Amino acid sequence: MTVQRTQAPASCFHCGLPVPSGTDYTTLINGKAQPMCCPGCQAVAKTIVDGGLDGFYRHREASGAINDGRLAAESHLADELALYDSKAIQAEFVRHISSEQAEATLVIEGITCAACVWLLEHHLGQQPGVTQFSVNMTNHRARLVWNPEQTRLSTLFAEVLRIGYKAHPYHPNREEQLLEQENKRAIRRLGVAGVGMMQVMMMAIALYAGALQDMEARFVEFIRWSSLVLATPVVLYSARPFFITAWRDLRTRNLSMDVPVSIAIGGAYLASVWATVMNTGEVYFDSVTMFTFFLLIGRYIEMQARHRTGKAGNALMDLLPASATLLQEGHEKMVPVSELKPDDLVLVRPGHTLPADGIITDGESAIDESALTGEYLPISKAVNDPVVGGTINVEHPIKVRITDVGANTRLSAIVGLLDRAHADKPMTARVADKVARYFVLAVLITSATVATAWSFIAPEDAFWITLSVLVVTCPCALGLATPTALTAATGTLRQQGFLITRGHVLEGLASATHVIFDKTGTLTEGNLSIQQMQPARELGSHNPYAIAAALEQVSEHPIARAFRPYFQIEACNTRITVNAGVEGEVAGTSYRIGKPSYAAELYQGPLPEQPDRERQWLLLADRQGPLAWFALDDQIRKDAAFTLSALKRLGMQIGMLTGDDSSAAARVAQELGIDTVKQGVSPDQKLEYINELQASGASVVMVGDGINDIPVLAGARTSIAMGSATDLAKTSADAVLISSELERLALALLVARKTRMIIRENLTWALMYNLVALPLAAMGFIAPYMAAVGMSASSLIVVGNAMRLSRRPRLRRKHRE
Amino acid sequence: MEIIYLLIPIAIILVSVGIWAFFWSVKQGQFDDLESPAHRILFEDDGDMIPDDARPDHSDKTDNTP
Repeated sequence: MTVQRTQAPASCFHCGLPVPSGTDYTTLINGKAQPMCCPGCQAVAKTIVDGGLDGFYRHREASGAINDGRLAAESHLADELALYDSKAIQAEFVRHISSEQAEATLVIEGITCAACVWLLEHHLGQQPGVTQFSVNMTNHRARLVWNPEQTRLSTLFAEVLRIGYKAHPYHPNREEQLLEQENKRAIRRLGVAGVGMMQVMMMAIALYAGALQDMEARFVEFIRWSSLVLATPVVLYSARPFFITAWRDLRTRNLSMDVPVSIAIGGAYLASVWATVMNTGEVYFDSVTMFTFFLLIGRYIEMQARHRTGKAGNALMDLLPASATLLQEGHEKMVPVSELKPDDLVLVRPGHTLPADGIITDGESAIDESALTGEYLPISKAVNDPVVGGTINVEHPIKVRITDVGANTRLSAIVGLLDRAHADKPMTARVADKVARYFVLAVLITSATVATAWSFIAPEDAFWITLSVLVVTCPCALGLATPTALTAATGTLRQQGFLITRGHVLEGLASATHVIFDKTGTLTEGNLSIQQMQPARELGSHNPYAIAAALEQVSEHPIARAFRPYFQIEACNTRITVNAGVEGEVAGTSYRIGKPSYAAELYQGPLPEQPDRERQWLLLADRQGPLAWFALDDQIRKDAAFTLSALKRLGMQIGMLTGDDSSAAARVAQELGIDTVKQGVSPDQKLEYINELQASGASVVMVGDGINDIPVLAGARTSIAMGSATDLAKTSADAVLISSELERLALALLVARKTRMIIRENLTWALMYNLVALPLAAMGFIAPYMAAVGMSASSLIVVGNAMRLSRRPRLRRKHRE
Repeated sequence: MEIIYLLIPIAIILVSVGIWAFFWSVKQGQFDDLESPAHRILFEDDGDMIPDDARPDHSDKTDNTP
């Protein structure tokens, strides 16, 4: 049954959400009154226009992709911001440059496109006392330089809020600082290798042309020395990471691909230096620099993808609020969460996040635990019930006595599981490294044999023939075979909305046997929507959607949110009853919506029969009797069925793990045709299940989104997080489905298999070339320059073959079952 | 041909100056954000710098910028 929509509402010019009919919020933008969905958006748009920044609406990529103004309307945030003026808190992230200048680094929430960066920089730049405000779009960090005498920091935070974004102080941790240093070092290495390669190549062309035209020996010698000068920093600085890993691998008696790469770079460089100094033989500075540069590019792209989701440092912090309302001798006091101690009494208002684990001492409310369990329906809690930090209080104010803070909280315990899971993760042996092991041995033995043999036959030629052998077998093609294919495939998949953040993903996907999904938020949308409306009597002029939406407007409950699109008229005298429903007057008539028994109390009559038992039904009633039923359900993602059948066609076994133990889980499984279902499992049990599967030889791909999935994401051989997942889930996963479209998963699997095939082709080609060229070189038929040409040609073929992966593969829809 | 004795050292000096400038710009954080500068160039925030008589049509306020 499809949702019956009354009409397609106009969308808000600012945030793109539907505008509730019956409301009239507009803002004059570019001389034209534009519709707004709520006072929040209206205020944000007005601030933007008044600041002369309406260019923002022209610059942004798509309307609706941006922040929603509701954030700005939350007045309680303003009190919280006052905390940032306290010296103790500023000490953590503010640096005083001079007596009049201070510098702070902030993390900005809500940045979606470059226009946001533009808007933020201009709006904050206009504030008095601000010297500089620059925003980094990649990591959403902003650097603020301002005069604390002139403007208070909380005012600036409030200004960020006024245009619809949220700022947090940024506390860099050690790990993030290391990442930043690593990134800068990699860019410098790449730059040196690139410039060096180009210069040496110019010299090399002069040498090749000179060889044909008989250049005078003194010039040749001079150009060789110049190449030596230019190539030296490339080898000593840019290629250093290869040497370091190779040395480490040799010491642990483990031959990886870095070993032959280092031998090739080091060997060819030393031979060329020898040739230059002694003024004999050939120089290979061009090959050395080019090889280094190409390998570094591959490494750099891989590293960038890894860093993209590497915001681990602040991920946990984002789940907890910055401040809490402490109750001391009957007074309310705002304190930073870090100052809370066990036994403190805090007040948590509706819509606020619980700052730490505790026990309710006063009040009852519904708590949204979706961040921890992935379940979207709030759980009602009363006095003496335990509550967990990071969950959200939905309905009524509660007083909580803190029991655990910091590292002792449940949230921290889940994160602790991460480390254990990472340690148990099965290692993926790389094909190239296995090949490299034999290859290096073979080359070293052959070279030694050749050198010994020729020193008996013709000692004066021995060195150059051995060098030919080394150059011919230079593992350029072999070294490039895997990285180029991986780089091309990673790039293609990124365009398709599948972001790979760890190197083993493609190999893991190609060899996968099981794909295990989480239910809520992964196979389903993860929020409630109205699936069906069934009148309980003749409706007449009543519009049940409008009445229900008017009543539900006052509630923050996820059920109420499902009614938001239908909001048209205001209700008055509304009253919320925890875990039951809402009562109120619309156009002079009293209504109740909620649990059938609660609604029936209004008309004091018998309960009408519920349409079915499988779904959750809400009853809307007035004093005359029941009016209408609403069926609410979490909808299965549109592309889930197609993706699962595509995966099955690719030979995958599908499973589902969910913390939900209701009949909904079984229904989803049945509808999608999933045979293996584990429901009602905790994060530990999920991890255990995956570990057992993996121990029995399966290669598991885990797809999930919530905090409760984090341990299992970390433990699965390959893990994928949805784009809408929490930051922490994204960081512990190996890949992210940016657009949250499951279909991309099947596509990624296809690309991974194709990549594996191309890597094998490349390796075969590189080995074959070496097998043919090696005997010829060993017998002295190949001059070193011929060896260099052959080596470059085989590298180009390998690169060209890998480029075939940049074409987008297609899933054929005609096979649809 | 003797000129290369002069030109090649000059080239090497220029390359080292270039590398030094590159290192400096990496240190300044110019390579931290490789995304937004590409878009930033397209943002028109110089409306007030266009002289009045050069504006295409200043009677129609709603359509003075694309």
